[in-house]
Order: sequence, then structure tokens, then C-alpha cells
Amino acid sequence: MLKNKKFNFKEFFAENAVPVVFLTISAVFVYYSGTQPAIIMNDVVARFARNAFFVISLLIPVLAGMGLNFGIVVGAMAAQIGLYWALALKMEGIAAIAFAAVVCVPFAVLFGFLSGALNNKTKGQEMLTSMFVGYFAHGLYMLLFLFIIGGIIPIDVYEIILPNGVGARSSIDLTQVKGAVDSILKVDLFTFVLALAAIVAIIAVVNTVKAKKPDIAKFVVAVLLAGLGVAGNTMPAFLMFKRVVKIPVVTYGLIGLLCVFITAFFKTKMGQDMRAVGQNMEIAEVSGINVNKIRIIANIMSVVLSAWGQLLFLQNLGTLSTYTAHQNVGMFAGAALLIGGASVTKATVPQAILGTFLFHLLFNVSPLAGQNIFGSALIGEYFRVFIVYGVIALAIVLHAAKKAGGKK
Amino acid sequence: MTNVKKMIEDYGVSRFIVTCFAVLLLVAAFLQGQDMTILFSDILNRFGMYAFFSLAMVPSIISGTLLNFGITLGILAGVLAGLISLELGLTGFTGIGCALLLAIPFGAIVGFGYGLLLNRVKGSEMVVATYVGYAAVYIMCIGWMVLPFKNPSMIWAIGGEGLRTTITLDGYYDAILSNMLSITVGGVTIQVGMLLIIAFACLLMYLFTRSKMGIAMRAAGANPIYASAVGVNVNRQRIIGTVISTVLGALGIIIYAQAFGFYQLYTAPMNMSMYPVAAVLIGGASTRKIKISHVILGTLLYQTIIAVSVPVVSMLAPEGGLGDVVRIIVSNGIILYALAQAGGNK
Repeated sequence: MLKNKKFNFKEFFAENAVPVVFLTISAVFVYYSGTQPAIIMNDVVARFARNAFFVISLLIPVLAGMGLNFGIVVGAMAAQIGLYWALALKMEGIAAIAFAAVVCVPFAVLFGFLSGALNNKTKGQEMLTSMFVGYFAHGLYMLLFLFIIGGIIPIDVYEIILPNGVGARSSIDLTQVKGAVDSILKVDLFTFVLALAAIVAIIAVVNTVKAKKPDIAKFVVAVLLAGLGVAGNTMPAFLMFKRVVKIPVVTYGLIGLLCVFITAFFKTKMGQDMRAVGQNMEIAEVSGINVNKIRIIANIMSVVLSAWGQLLFLQNLGTLSTYTAHQNVGMFAGAALLIGGASVTKATVPQAILGTFLFHLLFNVSPLAGQNIFGSALIGEYFRVFIVYGVIALAIVLHAAKKAGGKK
Repeated sequence: MTNVKKMIEDYGVSRFIVTCFAVLLLVAAFLQGQDMTILFSDILNRFGMYAFFSLAMVPSIISGTLLNFGITLGILAGVLAGLISLELGLTGFTGIGCALLLAIPFGAIVGFGYGLLLNRVKGSEMVVATYVGYAAVYIMCIGWMVLPFKNPSMIWAIGGEGLRTTITLDGYYDAILSNMLSITVGGVTIQVGMLLIIAFACLLMYLFTRSKMGIAMRAAGANPIYASAVGVNVNRQRIIGTVISTVLGALGIIIYAQAFGFYQLYTAPMNMSMYPVAAVLIGGASTRKIKISHVILGTLLYQTIIAVSVPVVSMLAPEGGLGDVVRIIVSNGIILYALAQAGGNK
């Protein structure tokens, strides 16, 4: 028994080596960046809100056995088409975002269907395929925004079209929609923590009533959160955090809902089928699951979710870089998920959340840390991009080595 | 009618479409009154710049490591070799000779390590290669910042850190191979020297694929189980194929740079592997099959499209950029088509 436990302990470290390493790097970088922790945290909170949706939406293709779906960039493109449409209709604020969120869905479904069908033709190479789907779609996207918009579809909104009337501006100011979702409700960090404590407490009570057994773990978490919230609101040591860090409640609420949805989805029949397909396509096929259909559905879901994610991203950022905003979406989301400890075949919601947090912490502090450690901010910037590609390369190598080893 | 259909199928559908497209572009350029001599000179120049990269796909495909997206690694090794030749202050044929000579061991060392890696990831070589290549580009970005190069024409003059983003070869060996034995026929510049070098390289590659080792490599790539049953060391063949491919990439970037006039550092090599990959696929290669003729025809067709589409399209749509868009759609579309044709594990 004891031996067994020791083994598990070792396994725990082996399985969580990646997040531990990145936590260490981040801690060192935070120290050397010489920035106020509260200021870093405020930035990370904003970046987290911007990006969590993508990372969580990547869980679906990963669990369906398609690896990191770099093709979610087509979702981001769908979102940008929707948002541009809203701007062309001179919509503003939350209405524009809501309109875009609705009209981007048919585009996202279509794109997801097409790329999913292509993925079915290239089983085993989905990550490569989805990457080229992204590049290919980027070409079509440029065709649409550089020539068709204005050239064929007339647009008469000065702010979003090039002066000669053909082609979208490469950088569009989103003042009208900036913070449309974020600023609905913003609270300081500790009020947010108190609210979280209350939610956890309610869940604990519900669980206790349901199971007729006290849900001690959740109660402890609730009490700890409450303690932190009270301490933060009263103790002067936390004053800086209370003043600086603002939480966009609605955005975080949406991210929370997505987590709940994903968890619940994988408990449904469809979700279980998806897992089965992800584990072994042949067995799934034999047991009567339409593998290709399930894979297409998984692809569509991740593309639609990432389209909504891109809208959250853009409303937070406040500018639309028409021709580049979508490009790195898949890559960054994939890297974040892996940094959280996921592999290309196995991932969980907590890994996605931890990974997003660590990834953006590292992204925030790298340049300044590079400046202070190596005497060059640029080295820090190169280093953080290296981390993105390096962690993806490593994860793919490990996965491929396992797959190749298993075949022998 | 069925005959025509059969002929198209024999020629290859994607190759047929691209050939038609290239011809159409040339006709359009002619009708627009573009200076055809400049266009043809440009096509030939570009062919010389990219032919070595495309040739590098041959050993990787026949040894079974598929399309070598990791040619980026060879490119980085070649750039390093080239920079050393500049740092030594060597000019003319000595300079480029030194760069090419250094590129061979550099490329071989990198290729060997890369080959070992590829042997561990059979079945996923292309995606591994892509991301290892990207990661290497950024490692070298840091490298270009910190490597102790001192030549003032390579580092930023004042206030900057590390090497310049583009390093001019003016005064070293700018266009030295491109201008070698270059003649002008009816206004079209034909780089005879360059074409001879490429022809020689293609001949060597052809002879290699017919040699004993080449045949063993082919066997290892086509059917690894059968090959190892008849005594071919499959892993060794794959490593040799990767080494040759990487060395060709390293030599290729030096030849590219002398024609272009600059070494491009930092993120420039990121997607350079897409050009030869798209080119050989257009030429009729697949992820598992390639001939020297695919290399030559593909590079010529692909570079024709790039060279001609920009001026043609910019005359049609003066807003600019459409030529580049066409290139992105065509090359990535071709790669996707090839991936779909190769099919997945059933």
C-alpha cells in the first residue's frame, strides 16, 4: 500500500513536470522583471480573460483524438468577419458584439465542417493539416478583406475602409466596442474572491444535501477563499492588489460557463462517443460510432467556440488588426494548453486554466526579465516565442515517439 | 475526350491546373504589354535561387522521412557558415567557397542529430519537422543577438544589439555565381554558370539515387519492413537521407543569398521550407515519390507563378498585394491537396 502510494507520488511529479518547470521559470522571471506583482497580475488577469476561451475550446479536438487543432484560426476569421459586418452596420457596444457572435456562427460552422472533412482525409496528420488549413484560409481571408470588401461589397463606413474605397483598413479602432463585455461589471480582486467563496460554498451545500455527506474539500476551499477575500479587503499589505487588479466579471463568468459546459458535454452520450473516437478510432467504429461524423462535430464545436473567443479577445484589446489578429490564435492556445501539463491526446479543464495563466504570466514578464537578465528585452521576446514553438515541438515529439514505439 | 482526360490524369491533375495557370499568367503578361524579357530573366534567376532547396526534398522523400519541412535547420546552419565567411573578411570566390565548405559539415552535424530525432517519431515526421524548425529559428534569433561577430558591416552601427536583420553581400560575393558565365540572349539574362551548377547537382543526385546506396535508401523509404528483412539498415538510410537533405538546405541558402544579395536573419527563415515543398508537389511529387524532373519542373512552375503573378495582378488590381495573396492560396492549397491525396491511416 505504502509502496503503491510512493509510486503515485513519483508519477504525480512526472505528470506535472511541465507546469512545475514553467512555474519555476515564471517565478524567476517575475523576480527579475522588477515589476510590481499587482501590476503584473492585473495584466495577466486581462490576458487570461482574452485567451482562456481558445485554450478551453482546444480541449474538444484534443479529446476527440485530432491533437492540437491549429485550425481554430478559421474560427477567429469567422469572428472578424462578423465583427466587421457589425461595424459596417455602424453598430456599437454590446449590440455589435452580440450581432457578431450570432452572424459568425454560420461561417464558423461552415469553416469547421470543411476543415473537419479535410482532417478526416488526413487522419494521423491532423496537426499538420490544420496548420495548413490556417495558412490557406489566411489567403482566402486576405482575398476577402483586401479586394472583395469594397471591390464587390460596397462599404461606406469611412473608419473601416481604405481611403480609395477598396479593402479594409489594416488596423481598425474598436473604441465603439472596446470593453463591451468587460466593462459591464468590474470588481476588485478581493470582492471577486469573496464572490467565488460564496459560489463554492453554495456548491458545497448542494453537494452535501445531494450526497447526504458533507463535501469537506469544497467547504475548506470556500473558507480559504473567504479568508483570502476578507484579508485582502482589510489588510494594508494587499492594498496595491485591491487598487490595481480589476476583474471583468461577465467575461470570467462566460469562461466559467464554458468550463461547466465542456465538463458536462463530455458526460453526455455524444461526449462519450467523442472520447471513444479519440482513444481508438477502430474500436469506436466497430462499436457503431460514426467516427467521421463525430470528428467533424468536434471540429465544428472548437471552431465556433474559438470564434466567440476571438470576439472576447477583440473587445478587450480595442483594436482589430484586420490581417494579423487571427494568425497566432491556434499556436498560442496550443502552447498554453501544453504548458498546463496537457499532452496532444489528453487534456483537462484545470490544465487549460493553469496553462493559460502560466503562459500569459511568462509572456508578460519575459521582455523585462530579458532586459534585466541578459541586458536585452529583445532576447526575452525571442525567448517567449521560442517557448511557444519549443513546447509544442516537444509535446509532438513525445507523442509521436510514443506512437512510433507502440507500433513496433 | 476520354483520351484528353487520360492524358491529364497521367500528367497529374494538380500539375495540370498549375501549368495552365502559369501559362495563363504568361499570356496575360504578354497581352498587358509587360516586358517579357525582364519576366523571363526573373523566372530564371528565381529558379536558380530555389532549385537547391527543392533538390533537398529528394533524399528526404526517398528515404521515407517525407517532405522535409525541417530544411529550416539546414538553412540556419548555412547562414551561420555564411556569416563566418563574412566575419573572416573573405571576398569573391574564396568567400563563397569558404561559406559552402563550412556549410557542409555544419549541415551534416545538424542533419545527423535531426535524423536521429526523426527516427524516433516515424509517422509524424512532417509536423515534428515543422515545429522543431520554428523552435530552432527562435533559438537562433537569440543566437544572432549574442554570437560574438565583430565585422562592422554585420552588426548594428550604433546603439543596436547583435547582428543586423539583413546583411548585405555587396563587396563580398554578391551575385558571384549568378553572374558567372551569364549571357544575354535577346534581352533575357541566362545565368549559364548557375544553371550548370544546378544541372551538375541534379546529375549527382540522379546518379546517387541509382547507386547502391540510393537503391537501399529507396527501399528503406518505400517499404521499411521489407527493406530491413533483406538486410537494409532502415534507420541508417533515413539518417543519411536527412543529412544529405540538410546539407543541401545549407548550401541552398548560400546560393540563395548570393543571388538575393543579402543574408536574412532572425525570423526570415521561418517559412522558407514552404517554397520547396510547394514546388516539388506542383512538379508532380507526392509525400512518398519524387523524381529529379519533379524538382526542375516544379521549381520552374512555382517560380513562374510567383514572378509573373505579381506584375500581372498589380496591373489588374492596382491596390497591390493580390499577387502575394494568390501565392499564399496556391502554395498552401497545393500542400493541402497533397496531404489529402497521401491519405491518412485508415
